[in-house]
Amino acid sequence: MTVWLGIIAASLLVWALKNSGYVIPQRLVEGALISRIAGLTTVALLASLVVAQALQENASLVLDARVPAVGVAAALLYFKAPFLLVLLAAGLVAGGLRFFGLMV
Amino acid sequence: MTEGFAAPRLRKARAQGFQVAFAVSLSGVSFGALSVALGFTLWQTMVLSLVMFSGASQFAFIGVVATGGLAAIPAAIATSGLLGARNSLYALTMSPIIGRGFFRRALAAHFTVDETTAVSTAQEGRLASQHGFWATAFWLYLGWNLSTLVGALAGDALGDVQTWGLDAVAAAAFLALLWPRLTSLEPVVVAVAAAAVTAVLIPAVPAGIPVLCAAAVGIATGFYRHNVAPHAPEPGEAGVR
Repeated sequence: MTVWLGIIAASLLVWALKNSGYVIPQRLVEGALISRIAGLTTVALLASLVVAQALQENASLVLDARVPAVGVAAALLYFKAPFLLVLLAAGLVAGGLRFFGLMV
Repeated sequence: MTEGFAAPRLRKARAQGFQVAFAVSLSGVSFGALSVALGFTLWQTMVLSLVMFSGASQFAFIGVVATGGLAAIPAAIATSGLLGARNSLYALTMSPIIGRGFFRRALAAHFTVDETTAVSTAQEGRLASQHGFWATAFWLYLGWNLSTLVGALAGDALGDVQTWGLDAVAAAAFLALLWPRLTSLEPVVVAVAAAAVTAVLIPAVPAGIPVLCAAAVGIATGFYRHNVAPHAPEPGEAGVR
């Protein structure tokens, strides 16, 4: 139930944010500052989530099969590979390293 | 201008909407599969896609809960909310294009995300912008939810997260969402600083808090840089959800 409450609360929050832009009069928000902050906050959050997903194991940092997988993903993104291919490659690298017992 | 002259432009706007929606919808498969593999039920996964309907926020919610457990749910709500904040900026842009009418605006709000705004604002003229918006909205909502369902059903069959490297897929997903935004030095510096703050804090504070501290880095840098260099280019729009 707690997970459900979290999902509903987060969904309503995102929904409310989408609606806020249609309700708030445009002149009340200073465009340049707000869009600067929104852009950089998105960048900061995504970078943080990359680190947490790639290195976190409970409350510590570990180097395991996720790290080379993310490295391959970065290389593919550099060469402008499509989203799905990047994800597939990351899964194959991490899964493969574990399958052959090369990394945990 | 009569409808006859405008027709090709409107067709082009709708076609572009379909193409963008189709390409982006495919990543719904990875969201669905990942969500179920991380322990969310099929219905929880579908509600995220149907009601939250904002890719980065959805990935963030399941990611933070997966690393932090039930205790991290408040942080997961805050993180998806912060990532959803840019939708309210898109809404400000779309508001005059969408026009009047309570139900029309309420419906438009639900579909106001990266892709619909990008296609709409790329069109010439208000009518073409409207066609671009609604076409993208229609196909994206349909495609994103169908592919989430397909992914969720497949994810059920995949089983353990680690065997298939699905934990690495989650990290790659966030990197792929981040990548198109690294268009200048400013976002790169913020990304590196946020990553460092997260790495330092993970062993020190409860799960879910590091990501919020990283957000604070973004907010503080935005304020600072706005005062120092108010007209520097802002980070580019995302190409993927």
